[in-house]
Amino acid sequence: MSEQKPEGGAASPDVVIAARDLTRRYGKTSVVDAINFDIAKGEVFGLLGPNGAGKTTTILMMLGLTEISAGRVSVLGFDPARSPLQVKRRVGYLPDAVGFYDHLTAVENLAYVAKLMGLSVAERSQRIVAALTRVRLLDVANKRVATYSRGMRQRLGLAEIIVKRAEIAILDEPTSGLDPQATLEFLDLIRELKAEGVTVLLSSHMLDQVQRVCDRVALFRTGRIVMMGSVAALAVQVLGAGFVVEVEADGAGIARRLAAIPGVSKVETIAEDRFRMTADRDVRPDAARAVVAANGALRRLSVDEPSLEAIYAHYFQTSQSGGVRDAA
Amino acid sequence: MRREGSAFQGAGAVFIKELSDNISSVRMLMLELLIVLTAMAALYEAIDTLRQNTAEDPFLLLRLFTVSRAPLPSFVAILGFLIPLMAIGLGFDLVNSEHNRRTLSRILAQPIYRDALLLGKYLAGLATIAISLTALWLMVIGLGLIFLGVPPGGEEIARSLAFLVIAIFYAGVWLSLAMLLSIAFRSPATAALVALGIWLFLTVLWPMLAPAFAQMIAPPDPRFAALGLDTPDTAIWTQLLQRFSPNDLFGEAMLAVLSPTTRTLGPVFLDQLRGAVMGAPLPFGESVMIAWPQTVGLIACTIVLFVAGYILFQRQEVRA
Repeated sequence: MSEQKPEGGAASPDVVIAARDLTRRYGKTSVVDAINFDIAKGEVFGLLGPNGAGKTTTILMMLGLTEISAGRVSVLGFDPARSPLQVKRRVGYLPDAVGFYDHLTAVENLAYVAKLMGLSVAERSQRIVAALTRVRLLDVANKRVATYSRGMRQRLGLAEIIVKRAEIAILDEPTSGLDPQATLEFLDLIRELKAEGVTVLLSSHMLDQVQRVCDRVALFRTGRIVMMGSVAALAVQVLGAGFVVEVEADGAGIARRLAAIPGVSKVETIAEDRFRMTADRDVRPDAARAVVAANGALRRLSVDEPSLEAIYAHYFQTSQSGGVRDAA
Repeated sequence: MRREGSAFQGAGAVFIKELSDNISSVRMLMLELLIVLTAMAALYEAIDTLRQNTAEDPFLLLRLFTVSRAPLPSFVAILGFLIPLMAIGLGFDLVNSEHNRRTLSRILAQPIYRDALLLGKYLAGLATIAISLTALWLMVIGLGLIFLGVPPGGEEIARSLAFLVIAIFYAGVWLSLAMLLSIAFRSPATAALVALGIWLFLTVLWPMLAPAFAQMIAPPDPRFAALGLDTPDTAIWTQLLQRFSPNDLFGEAMLAVLSPTTRTLGPVFLDQLRGAVMGAPLPFGESVMIAWPQTVGLIACTIVLFVAGYILFQRQEVRA
């Protein structure tokens, strides 16, 4: 997390959420223990960690929905503990296992929250139709929410954030309990939000998905952020190297040429024409160039992307045995 | 430091949504049916009694509310018993149902304070009860017109309006209590059972227990007993203890407002009545003065219970 080490004092203009020594204590136990992070505008930031690691509490503190014991957090320049309405006007929140009023239709549910947002009647109906269209719920808009599936409810929750035109969308475990198809659809919607310039904060323990959408992640463990950065950077930190590229090619002296590529730390020769390179970045273009330069015949070029799952498993394994404890 | 923005922002939206939920709910329909049918039975008996002995009563309409014939109690007594049930029925899941439906954190993530949610819900419940009671009140007056054929005088209308207002405050007490319990207990069933327990205790058991406690505190004097009289101390203690029940306060206030001849609600000595024309009705203003302490008691009780619920709700964690 060295590169993301937040600078104290004035935050740069594109930082939308900044936490400094943010702490939440219940009695003597700290659920969130002096965490620091900065989230830049337009980024998709993942909060990862096992259940009970303090992700939801952190989110609730950002929304002013639970007290801050120590430290501070600034959301779009506002202090959620002091001006919660300013923060909540600009931030959309999709809670873990979101609920709706089952006896009302999707439109009625959205109309109620739109009223709470203080939107005018004309504005409300126009935004609601637009939002339901985006999350593809328009054809069931007038059905009672009781008939909705889990995936539809999650999309309805996202529609609420769209109706709000939130600058920051905070999604707590948005894909847990969804089937793979619904998950994919939901991740697409998150990408659309990002494309519009919405900053997305995503909490999850489903690593695979987080990896697919997040620009950066923070790894929570018993109330502390133990690692923070892009998935690739974390891979380097935890697994030693980020990328493993396999090359299948004929030609003389290929192994030597591959080893000469900057960033490659190791080249293993698996078979006569197969090599495995370990590198700190995606070196496939360079590898291809090297093979071609050696007049080799390139048959296959594959990359094992660093998986968050591997990082996660590796980290928690080693830290349990007392290894990387001080990585934070 | 003052918080920014109004605490009531969004209360209107919550109020309208809750009111429409209440009015269209099956639960409300059942409660209304229960009250209307029981009240109709009491009214029928009252009308029947009044027709048989058409005395020259200047307050015939008010007699509709208070006359009873066994086995049915009077209309007012039935309301005193059933209004709490209606308020509990509306209030026992006001807040915990939001928790259980997991809608609370989503609603509170909107730009409103918790105050708005609580106040909107409370006022919607009270408005629902007020609408039902007003309808019931109009029905009584209408039936009185049809079956007794005597147009009500201005004072009768004023007194029965006072009845309506006090009844709404009485409902407010029970609604506050039900809301407090709905905040304190996460399970609606627990909240409902506790509320019903308190209701039964205060309306049925307490009137029996209060005299027993009074006799423990101030044992009856055998000299009074020999004369067949109540010991003044015991009687005063009994009344004091009974007034802890909102049911008793409501009953006393109703007695003062609806029976114009009521001159006092407590025990009095004969010498205090010197010069009084017994059986002569008091002016409306004087009757209201007699009922005023009880009414204030009901309002104060409402506010105290509401504030207790408010504080509890503000300190409660949002997450399920």
